[in-house]
Amino acid sequence: MKSMSYEAVMSRKNEIMKTAVGIDYSKFEFGKIGFDYEGMMANVAYSMEEMEEIQRRTKVGKTPLFELYNINKLIKKYAEVGKGARIFIKDEAANASGSFKARRAAISVYHAKKKGYKGVIAATSGNYGAAVASQAAQLGLKCIIVQEMYDSRKIGQPEIVEKARKCEAFGAEVIRLTVGPELFYTFLKIIEETGYFNASLYTPFGIAGVETLGYEIAEQMLVLEGRYPDVVVATHAGGGNLTGTARGLIKAGATSCKIVGASVDLKGLHMASDKDFNRKSFTTGHTGFGIPFATQPDRADVPRNAARVLRYMDQYITVTQGDVFFATEALAQMEGIERGPAGNISLAAAIGLAKTLDKDQIIVVQETEYTGAGKHPSPQLTFAKQNGILVKRGLPAENIPGETVVIPEHLGQIEPTILDLNSLKKRYLQNALKDYAYNDLSSEDQNYLADEVKLSIDEVKSLIQK
Amino acid sequence: MSKATNGCWVEIETQVLSSSERAPQIPLDTKKTPLLMWTRGFLVEDEAELDMMVTIETLCERKVQGKLVEINPRYDHDYGETVMALLETGVRIRKDLGGIK
Repeated sequence: MKSMSYEAVMSRKNEIMKTAVGIDYSKFEFGKIGFDYEGMMANVAYSMEEMEEIQRRTKVGKTPLFELYNINKLIKKYAEVGKGARIFIKDEAANASGSFKARRAAISVYHAKKKGYKGVIAATSGNYGAAVASQAAQLGLKCIIVQEMYDSRKIGQPEIVEKARKCEAFGAEVIRLTVGPELFYTFLKIIEETGYFNASLYTPFGIAGVETLGYEIAEQMLVLEGRYPDVVVATHAGGGNLTGTARGLIKAGATSCKIVGASVDLKGLHMASDKDFNRKSFTTGHTGFGIPFATQPDRADVPRNAARVLRYMDQYITVTQGDVFFATEALAQMEGIERGPAGNISLAAAIGLAKTLDKDQIIVVQETEYTGAGKHPSPQLTFAKQNGILVKRGLPAENIPGETVVIPEHLGQIEPTILDLNSLKKRYLQNALKDYAYNDLSSEDQNYLADEVKLSIDEVKSLIQK
Repeated sequence: MSKATNGCWVEIETQVLSSSERAPQIPLDTKKTPLLMWTRGFLVEDEAELDMMVTIETLCERKVQGKLVEINPRYDHDYGETVMALLETGVRIRKDLGGIK
């Protein structure tokens, strides 16, 4: 009988995952570090037409794209003359499970069904759980969602508690765990026990599913404005949202559209800390995921992560927790649509960005998410207060992750922080070159690295030497 | 209710790792605590009381064992309390917009 100890199960990780994902990643690997990313996406995933049809059948996609007239008016009030770009928002809350994650789940679960798996499993505390559960319900598959949910006192963020409820509403089994990366151990054990498909967020299916989002934005903007947007802002955590959207835009022909990543700044909080766990008001879309996943994408639950943001991102900005609560309030109070805070990270970033861009420019915020009990500014801020966080209005600079949530006094105060993308690219290169000297790499490997960070070979060389 | 009967919807608690078995890379505060897991399902035994070791059948028809901690678990998340900072934000936003000609 197989040993079920932590060490034994973790050492079987690769074989468990191979069976549970059904992809032979080694087929795409070459040289010392390279792998054929585009080849993997083209061979493993589905075509745009196939994905549109799969999603149409499961109530995903073709979501509305709204211009935010009132927010745009207010942005111009706080912008210099001639500045104040127009913001449009893609209302992804209209998807089956209430978020863009339904796009990823639709393709993964369809594939699992086609390959004959009896069920699907995903490790996530985010909207992806409900998305997988909703798709599994429609295709008649079993579904297990493994969530990091509570601290050691069995106290959980209201937002995560709500997401567990939603999974159960779709008939999924939810495994609730205390904080810690050993969640992965439980995840592997259950995969072994059930033989279910690992509907990982990071397979080619999970990423390709988001391509329809970028594709739709390009098509809808052509109809509405006769041109592609100048900027698309995507929340960045694990990388799939930004990667898939950018790929879809490119496939539609919107190749000159600037791709901006946005995360909530949670500097200083440790993601695996029992104490810090309930001292943050955002459980995803934050720098605690965004930075490590950008600089080391293959830290995911599959051997090769299909979400690789540095291939696509033109700018990376952070906003404060307070900025996002302001944006959520602005959406409700001025635009008459109530949406979940975590889906409004990119909106907060776009508001700040719009003030600096010319008034004829168009920014698309590419998501919203559903809202409800727990997943809403008032329960999330009530919870923050109960956990000793000071909640008040004031200057964004007063935000200290884990200590304060400061909501800007007015829209003019939202000023996103621009991160140095080149320093992230350098960190990516350092991680990739941990075991190899750059000069010992073949030209194929060197080309791979250049593609990975969207730079020329010469630019990569000078970045490494810096 | 402190007693559950066969088929009742319950929650059980299982220790996945003791504090000494936890992964080496995790922060100290987490390391001091065991990794716990809660699973919901239908009680397999004829009868059981809180804190007893029981077996459940989950929605995916898995049999899982653990300590009975809740009978008919409810969702208790809500819309929270009045948050003054949010109310004030809303009022300010509407005033601000109203002031634009």
